[in-house]
Amino acid sequence: MKRIVLRCSAAALAVGLATGAGAQEFNSQKDFDYAQELLKMTPQGPEGKPWEQNLGGKQIDTSKYKKPGPYNICFSNAGVDNPWRVVGWTDMQAQADMLKSDIKSFTAADAEGKDDKQISDINSFVSSGKCDALIVSPNTTAALTPAVEAACKKLPVLVFDRGVQTDCPVTFVNPIGGYGWGITTANFIVSKLPKGGKVLGLRILPGVDVLENRWAAADRIFKANNINVVGAEFTGGDNAKTKTIVEDYINRFGKIDAIWMDAGATAVAAVEAFEDAGQPYPIITGEDQEDFLTKWKKEKLTAFAPTYPTYQWRAPVIAAVKILKGEPVVGPTWKLPQPVVTQETLDQYVDPNMPPLHYAMCGCKDMPGYPQRWGGK
Amino acid sequence: MTIALPDTALHRRAGSLTRHINSGVVIFLVLFAAVALKQPSYIEPAGFMNFLRRAAPLGVLAAGQVFVLVSGGFDLSVGSLITLSVLGASMITGGDPSLTGAAIAALYGIGVAVGLINGIAVAFLKVPSIIATLGTLLSVNGVAMMWSGGSPRGYLPDNFRAFGRFVFRDVPLVGQLPLSVIVLAIVAVLAWWGLHGTVFGRRVFAVGDNPRAAELAGIRVDLTRISAFVISALSAVTAGIMLGGFGGVSTDVGQGLELQAIAACVIGGAQLMGGRGSITGVVFGALSLFALFTLLNLLGLPQALRDTAQGLILISAVASGAYRQRTGG
Amino acid sequence: MTLALQPARRRHRAFSVPLLLFIGSAALYLCAALWTQSLNQLSAEGIVGLLQRTVALGTVALGQTLVILCASIDLSVGSMISVGAVLASFIMRGAPAMMVPAVLVVLLVAAGVGAINGLVIAKLKVSPLIATLGSGLILQGVLSSGFNNFAGSVPPAFQAVAYGAIGPLPWSVLGLGLLALGVSWLLRSTRFGAHLYAVGGNAAGARLAGIRTDRVIVQAHTLCSLFAGLTGLYLASRLRSGAPWVGRDGVYDLESIAVVVIGGTMLAGGRGGVWGTIAGVLLFAVIDASFNMLGVPAFPKQVIRGAIVIAAVAVYSLRNKGHVA
Repeated sequence: MKRIVLRCSAAALAVGLATGAGAQEFNSQKDFDYAQELLKMTPQGPEGKPWEQNLGGKQIDTSKYKKPGPYNICFSNAGVDNPWRVVGWTDMQAQADMLKSDIKSFTAADAEGKDDKQISDINSFVSSGKCDALIVSPNTTAALTPAVEAACKKLPVLVFDRGVQTDCPVTFVNPIGGYGWGITTANFIVSKLPKGGKVLGLRILPGVDVLENRWAAADRIFKANNINVVGAEFTGGDNAKTKTIVEDYINRFGKIDAIWMDAGATAVAAVEAFEDAGQPYPIITGEDQEDFLTKWKKEKLTAFAPTYPTYQWRAPVIAAVKILKGEPVVGPTWKLPQPVVTQETLDQYVDPNMPPLHYAMCGCKDMPGYPQRWGGK
Repeated sequence: MTIALPDTALHRRAGSLTRHINSGVVIFLVLFAAVALKQPSYIEPAGFMNFLRRAAPLGVLAAGQVFVLVSGGFDLSVGSLITLSVLGASMITGGDPSLTGAAIAALYGIGVAVGLINGIAVAFLKVPSIIATLGTLLSVNGVAMMWSGGSPRGYLPDNFRAFGRFVFRDVPLVGQLPLSVIVLAIVAVLAWWGLHGTVFGRRVFAVGDNPRAAELAGIRVDLTRISAFVISALSAVTAGIMLGGFGGVSTDVGQGLELQAIAACVIGGAQLMGGRGSITGVVFGALSLFALFTLLNLLGLPQALRDTAQGLILISAVASGAYRQRTGG
Repeated sequence: MTLALQPARRRHRAFSVPLLLFIGSAALYLCAALWTQSLNQLSAEGIVGLLQRTVALGTVALGQTLVILCASIDLSVGSMISVGAVLASFIMRGAPAMMVPAVLVVLLVAAGVGAINGLVIAKLKVSPLIATLGSGLILQGVLSSGFNNFAGSVPPAFQAVAYGAIGPLPWSVLGLGLLALGVSWLLRSTRFGAHLYAVGGNAAGARLAGIRTDRVIVQAHTLCSLFAGLTGLYLASRLRSGAPWVGRDGVYDLESIAVVVIGGTMLAGGRGGVWGTIAGVLLFAVIDASFNMLGVPAFPKQVIRGAIVIAAVAVYSLRNKGHVA
């Protein structure tokens, strides 16, 4: 009886999947082309400060938000449940310290990865009357939209990282994003791969828009170049599972020539699987995490590190103060440059004194408390 | 809840040696045969050793968890304790191989402390273990994050990582022998001796079977429970060292392992609410669970259905066990 | 696992634990608001915001209370919530006409899942922990293989469930209050309620007294899953859509068990009630809200919350002379 119920429900859900439960929205030709375009642009803004630069953005007038300082700035954070967010959050606090003369208080609420809690957090910030501006890093795009819309009616709102489905925030700050990641990494592998080489894709988990976009863009390029992608597996961001999957693939296919990753957290584990199996190192794309960069340098890998720069956490704090002073900011969307680490620029970013899961593209070297505040020596 | 007479308890325990070893072993053999059919390399010595190496941490974890289960409780805190072990090792060593010994000693110290807190909360504060260890699950994870600031601060030195990574090559018969498989074997033998070969082990069974009767028989129920939690915590630290060794630093290694460990025990014939379980059974339960994961990967099923299969096998293992118990089979 | 105390003490305790928790929670909230001079949080709007935090956990915890009272437990509620939320928004797809069918389907599926849980536990004699852990895994697996993101959306009319209000009072808060009153009535004034306490207190005795214990367990689990389904509907409305991770990310399974036990309901069954659970939910909401005001960072908060869970349960279990495992 149970099995029948299960089969029926599985069938029902499978039908749901087949009729398109929203899979296409991750793979849009328009966004892919837009990312290609952004990648070719020269950033505008202060030299050497990519967190204040923008790609093809327009300045908007903010004089209606002008009020006397110093300001109370509130921040609704989706969570600090991974090292990327930890580094970014540290950047943000340091940025608030740097603007101490303009910022009276910087209050944060952590939603612990729960949409429901983040909606309540935003509501209580708005009703507290103690915020001059509200920065939101949404846990998910769709769910946070109503709360952000309600907040927009009371005070200036800035959104960064993931977006919301409304243009009511004064500005939405984020880097080029997932498609840009996919394009640069796949192009690197295409350029290095020997003819007929086998590529294994390692992804964290399905359904996260940024990660889906990364894979969608890379897959497009792999298909266009007739690359032999032997598999794309989900690792859950777990080192042990990553190693297991890679070992299984090496066993099954004898040799894997390249590893493409949608996030670098488990890149070193993937590389170690080749070591443990006594195989030559693959071509690999990781991320700007120190452990991967260190491994890359030490083992002279053929590697490439795209970034989803953590310095983007600095921009909304700077922008919030500007808005409250009535100075123009880039909006309503503010695209930050998204640099990559290549063999040529590797030495700039490797730092053995920084912790293994630190993100080199933090833009934090000039900030107060560096490197100890980020866990470095 | 059962009112067991002493001799039925004995009978049951003797029975468990024959009947329940079989359930874990049988499930494992079936699943592993399927794995081998799909991918014959798993049946070669190297492939089999590699399989054991990956499954070893879960086996160690299950061998500790079963002490708590047999005593009638649960330990949900082991996953967080594994995370704390890996982060703690990275914080203490900071990549310095000369500090590995000190770090391991400190980790076991932390393990003892967590086990004591769990045990004391249950035995003296009378907090049901599922709640007490849920509390420590939250707190221990929080402590790990506070200590490291949310992300590990140092690399794990190579000699620390050897426990999960090192492999003896050119070993007669098996070809290669991973160190973690040796660790699993040692832990399993120690746990088997502790649970099935000592007075303490008999007390754990007695307490789990009927705490009131055990108390009347002069057994210190509180101390027995506390010891069981300490053993479980120590096994979690061991599993943490092996997992950190296998995979390197990360921030969420332990997530979800508590439920996998309990599932492994249940597949291996351990009874929730106490009184029944065997080390051989739960170690094979852990291997079964891992064989299942491997099989599902090899079959190329969507990742998500792995959960479904795990759920089905859990329920059917327990349902068939309960059925056999009722029919006296 | 516990020796039954005299029935006379049941009423006394069922009264005192909730009251103690209400007072403690209110005091914590008041202190946090005064200390940080967040006086707006004491206004009607602030209090309503606080109550809004209780709706999701409160609804699922009411169901959890029922199963724990009969000495069972439900670990599948987290997955059931996700199933409910996804099914609702997937069937509605923004069309107001599909609201009623979607709600009916969700409730039907929930009732079916609950009944199966109950049958596996009562008839196949599978320990409730394993049965519901397993069914939760099965549900989650089937759901995640069909959906990997927010699926569909709910029409604006359905968003009123979470965002609509009568005067200052949101419908959802009012709804939780009514549900709590309903369950309280169910427990106090119906035969089902009496049987639930009897089965939880002493299943063998209840059976001897002629109660069909299996049926009580199946009914309790059906209700529990229905409450999880309702929580899913609420979340779909609040998040405007359902995703297969909303239940898991909310940790509703373990948190609902924690608040029920904190509220004075015995895990071993037979003793406790609705108001303790509601007080436990309020405590969790107050912790969230006050720690925000006080600016307690996420990691220390985890440590403190874990300690509070243990301490809250210890405070009254200490009086317990029996064995607990």
